[in-house]
Formats: sequence, C-alpha cells, structure tokens
Amino acid sequence: MTELKPRGLPQSIDETLDLLTASNYVADRALATVLFLSLRMKRPLFLEGEAGVGKTEIAKVLAESLGRRLIRLQCYEGLDVSSAVYEWNYAAQMIEIRMEEASGAVERSAMERNVFSEKYLIRRPVLDALTGKAGAAPVFLIDELDRTDEAFEAFLLEILSDFQVTVPELGTIRAEEPPIVIITTNRTREIHDALKRRCLYHWVDYPDAARELEIVRTKVPQANSRLSAQVVSFVQRLRQIDLFKVPGVAETIDWAGALTELDKIALDPETISDTIGVLLKYQDDIARIGQGEGRRILDEVKAELAAAE
Amino acid sequence: MRRLRFLSLLWGGVRGRGMTGAAPITVARPDPEGRMADNIVYFARALRKAGMRVGPASVKDAIEAVLAAGIGGRDDFYWTLHSVLVSRHEDHAVFDEAFRLYWKSRELVEKMLAMFSPVAPDRRERVKPRAAENRVSQALFEGQQKNRLPREVPEIEVDARFTAAGDEVLRGKDFAQMSAAEIAQAKKAISELRLPFDLVTTRRFKPDPHGRRVDPRAMMRSASRMGGELILPKFRSARQVHPPLVVLADISGSMSQYSRIFLHFLHALTEKRRRVHAFVFGTRLTNLSRQMRHRDPDEALADCALAVKDWSGGTRIGEALAEFNRLWSRRVLGQGAIVLLITDGLERDDVEGLAGEVERLHKSCRRLIWLNPLLRFDGFEPRARGVRAMLPHVDEFRAVHNLDALADLVASLDKRSAQGVDPRRWLEPAARFAA
Repeated sequence: MTELKPRGLPQSIDETLDLLTASNYVADRALATVLFLSLRMKRPLFLEGEAGVGKTEIAKVLAESLGRRLIRLQCYEGLDVSSAVYEWNYAAQMIEIRMEEASGAVERSAMERNVFSEKYLIRRPVLDALTGKAGAAPVFLIDELDRTDEAFEAFLLEILSDFQVTVPELGTIRAEEPPIVIITTNRTREIHDALKRRCLYHWVDYPDAARELEIVRTKVPQANSRLSAQVVSFVQRLRQIDLFKVPGVAETIDWAGALTELDKIALDPETISDTIGVLLKYQDDIARIGQGEGRRILDEVKAELAAAE
Repeated sequence: MRRLRFLSLLWGGVRGRGMTGAAPITVARPDPEGRMADNIVYFARALRKAGMRVGPASVKDAIEAVLAAGIGGRDDFYWTLHSVLVSRHEDHAVFDEAFRLYWKSRELVEKMLAMFSPVAPDRRERVKPRAAENRVSQALFEGQQKNRLPREVPEIEVDARFTAAGDEVLRGKDFAQMSAAEIAQAKKAISELRLPFDLVTTRRFKPDPHGRRVDPRAMMRSASRMGGELILPKFRSARQVHPPLVVLADISGSMSQYSRIFLHFLHALTEKRRRVHAFVFGTRLTNLSRQMRHRDPDEALADCALAVKDWSGGTRIGEALAEFNRLWSRRVLGQGAIVLLITDGLERDDVEGLAGEVERLHKSCRRLIWLNPLLRFDGFEPRARGVRAMLPHVDEFRAVHNLDALADLVASLDKRSAQGVDPRRWLEPAARFAA
C-alpha cells in the first residue's frame, strides 16, 4: 500500500470541482457545491439517487484526491454493533483468563483491565473512522444505508451527531477530528427525517447529454468518438421512455466499453439487440426495446447527430 | 363590574379588590370552594372518556393552574387548561372540540363572553363535522341520546356498486367520525391480528436461555463480573420482526361503501406496526402513508379525504398498479414486504396490462394477498375478466364475509382462517369462463 499524503480541504467550489475533475470524476456544479459545503461545514453528505449514477464513486474519488483513508461500511439487513463498531476477541480473552488463573494471581479488577484491554478489541469500520488524526481524518463511506434497518439508523444518528462511541469496558472513544462522512442510499426504503436533517442532502440525477458524453470519453477513452456520441444519445432517449428501470451512467460506460471490445465504430440494430443486456436488466424492458422501438430510437439518434454535424 | 358579577355567579365568590369597584381589574381570582373545581373535574372526565390521557394529577394541576393564572378571557382559560391537560399533539383536536362543547353546553364561558362583549358570540352552523366531534359529544352526553337514531354511516353520493367504470370522476368525501367504542374495538382487533407469514427472521440476535447459539459477549461480561472463575454458557437466538406491510386499497365506486372501514383499518394498523405503507386507488394512485401517521383517527381520515381526489369514481386497477410498480415498489417493497391488495377486481380497461402488472407486483413482494369482498357471496364465480387476469398471480385469495365492521376485515386476514385461500381452486372455473 502506498503511503497516503493527506491534503488540505478545497477552499472554494471551483477548487472542489477541479479536485473531482483531476480524479476523472465529471461532476456538475450542484454536486461540487454541496460537497464543498459538506467539507466546510463538517456535515455528513447524504447522497440519494438511482443505482449506477456514481454515488459511491464520489467517496472513492474524494478519498483518493485528498489522500485520505477510505473506510467503507457496507450496510445490509441485520448489521449490528459487533460487525459495525467493535467486537472483542473472545478466544484470546478466554486464554488470557486461563493464563491469569494458572499464574495464580487472580485479582478481579486487574483481570478485568487485562481482559478488556485494547489488545483484544477488534475494530470495525465505525470505530476505525473515529480514530483519524487532526488534518488527516478519513473518508467514511456508509454505503446503501437503506439496506439496513431502522434500529441501526437510530444508532448512526448518535454517531453522526457526536462522533463518539462508548465501549462499556473501555470508556468513550472520541474522534480527534470527525471523519468526512458520505452516506449513500438507493431509496429502497425511506430514511428517517431525523437522520436526513443532520446531513446535507443531494439527489444525484442522471447527467445531461453533454456531461454524459464527457463521462464516457473520460472513462472509455479508447472508444470511437462517433460511437460514444451515439451511445450517449441512445441512452438519453431510453431514459425518456417509460421503462421499468432506465439505465444508469454505469450502464452507459459498460455499454460503450462492450461495444469497443466488439470493435464496433457505430451502432446498428443487430448490435443493439445483441448487447442490450448490458443496458437493460428487466425482460419486459428488453422485449420492448428489442422489438422495433430500438430501431426507431436509433433512427432518431442518427438523424439528430447528422443534423448536428 | 358586570364581569365580576358573572364570575361570582360562576364560582360562588370572588376574592379581590374589584368588589369595591375602585380599580377595574382584568383578572379575577376564582374561589376554589366554588363550582369551578367541579366543572374542571367533569371536563377532565369527559376528556378521558373521549380517549385522552388525563389522570387525577393533571386535574389537580389544571385547577391549580386556573387558580394561578386567573381568568382573563375565554382564550386564556382555554390555553390554561390546554397547557395542563393536553400532553400530546394529537390530543389537541379532541381538547378543542371538548372545550367548545362542554363550556357551551354548560353555558358558562359563553355566558361570560356574552356578558362583557357587545357582540354576540358567533354561532353559525358549521357544515362539516370537526375532527373528534362525534367522540367528544358521545363522551359528554352519554346516556342522553338513547332515542337518537344512529347517524347515517358514510355518505355515498352515487351508489355504483358492481359497476366498473373507466371514466375518471373526481369527488370529495366526508366520513362519519369514529366513535370511542369503534376506536377501542379497532385497537383490540388489530392487536389480535396474526397475518399469514407475518414474521421474518432477522440477522440480529436477542438473549434467549433456550437459544441455540452461544453468545460470547454475554459470557465474557458475566465471567468478568465473577472474576473469571466460571465462564458459564449464555445463549441467544435470532430476533423475529414483522416485515413491512403495504396495503393497496381500491376506493372506486364499486368499493366505496367499504372505504371508511379500509381507512380505519389502515390507521389502526399504522399505529400498531412500524412499517406500514398505505395506498388507495380508483382512477389514480394516492399514497396515504403520511396522512395515516396522524395519531387521531378522525384527523387522519379527514386528511385522507382531502388528499384523495377520486373517491367513488371509476376503476383503473391496471394503471394504478403500473404506477405503483414504477414509482413505489422499489421504495416500499424492500425487506420482504407483504402486500395486501383489497379490490373487487372489476376492471374495465386493459385486462392484459392488468395481468402483467399483478405479475410484476407478485414478483417484487414476499407475499401477495388479495382480499375480495365479492367473494363472500355464495355464488361467486370468477367471471369478470379482471378477476381472471389477476387470479394466477396472487398467493392468497381471501374473502371478507361482512365488511361493515373492522373486526370482520381483520378476521378475514388472520392466518388462522386459512382454509380455501389458495387461488388455484378458482383457476379451473376461471378457465371455463375464459373458454
């Protein structure tokens, strides 16, 4: 692992935007603004949006460009304190007890001190995130918060307001500098208002055509420029159709990558129907676009691009 | 001076300099020996009957508060009592109505106002019943209205039962208010409700002496308490919770006679369980989850009545389900939700579309329970095309024998009344009608 060189936080919205651009993340000004504010005000950033619009990526890019450690807490149903905050190493503790018994000197308070010492504490992401040094606070990504349950959400509420955790046997552990918290959710469940209130909220939307084209050019630089323009325009039109699940940016990048791997330099109806599985993941949607509608959209795309040239 | 005379009439005596007529005072100190205390006690008793939590301690506080604050006017008196007797926001409506009725019926505050106000109090007839009015007046005048005919329960503007209309008719609706007995009954019924497949095992644990998993954390803690001499085994087992419940209720013309029961049911359910999402549909889909969170049932129903624009209109089940699938299913059907679909299945529009949407709904939830009030008739046959389209895609097809009371609705959903809910027994007759 390379040594991290923590950098200072950006001092303006423009600097934030530059920071993201330098790390190949094409952001709009709204996102840069809310990110800058969250860094400046030391408030968690709450990112909501459809799957595949680059929410998690923001945290990764931020950690990388600021030279901070990225601590990721992937949420799932049933996430509890022992897998999110800390756990004791029970096997080692039991051996310690046996050793002390064998050595004969069993003094209750000393034993409790020894058994419940930092040596036997297993740190999980939340506790990890609270141990940043001043000027080098880690980026704490709480990913897909909607997957966990309300009980954990309530616990998180406490963490996010005080940035401290109490381990009964050790006492309170407080962050020297609060971590940069980024929370993402796919909205498969409504998050309680009390938690949202403590954060800065941003809805990450699908990008517009120009920005999406820029993203594709950044992420798939080897793709033919005509192909990328067609891909982006096609996806943009797909998003206007009433599909069950419209493709996200991640799908656009995948599709551009897939078509490049197939050595395509332009879209044609056969290629679309062969590779549509990269874009659409529901059979109803695929059937609909495969039958005729895909061809119609492609014609529109071609006409539009021809007019633009 | 007039005012003081009135107050003395009210409370039997007045302390203060005002009696000498020297300085006009604005606040009179009522005598606790008089009728004031009795009146407040009766008033508090009425509030309790209307469902508010008013204990003897708060009655005592109320009397003390009135003594401390004195009476500056109807508003002051109102807010003095309010500050002591109302401790939950949702009780405000009940208190407000009780105050209005009680102090009017006793002609106390009204008289007081009339005596020192040149303008007669505003006593216009109100058109709409206020929230909680029914309950409060029942609590106040209990025993005096035996001869009164029961009020007509919900107002139905057009009786369009057994007809399916695709046209959109927007109507407002007023619901008869809940009586205290109804609310108590609803709470009891809901607390006894055991839905089928109603518990899911989570990955969280609870201490359980009969559990099968060892709980090392508890073991170490208890061992360290005893100085580590004994490490006794502790056990835990997986915790079980209710999955989210999503209710989709049809409020179109053919179902309109049941809508009050549905809403009442939804409200009681929302109060009882944590994750309940309520939707109603006629020609459009309305999410009522927020409105239902109002603790007072009358206020919740009044909010619902305002939020829904298509009461007793036509039916577009397919479209409503399509909208649900597209906009809401991913947001509310996570974590293994059970869906209750309450509709008669009388769809006129696009039956093929309906089948597809029900199929999608079925695939995105843990269990789809269809409750059909038409099934209660002995001669029910899956003749309607909408019913035939939906039948293959539901897990349970349940009947409601009598939808006039909430208890019946609850009983029909209970897992203990599980015979004959398999939709497959209707598939064969349905196929016959299709042929």
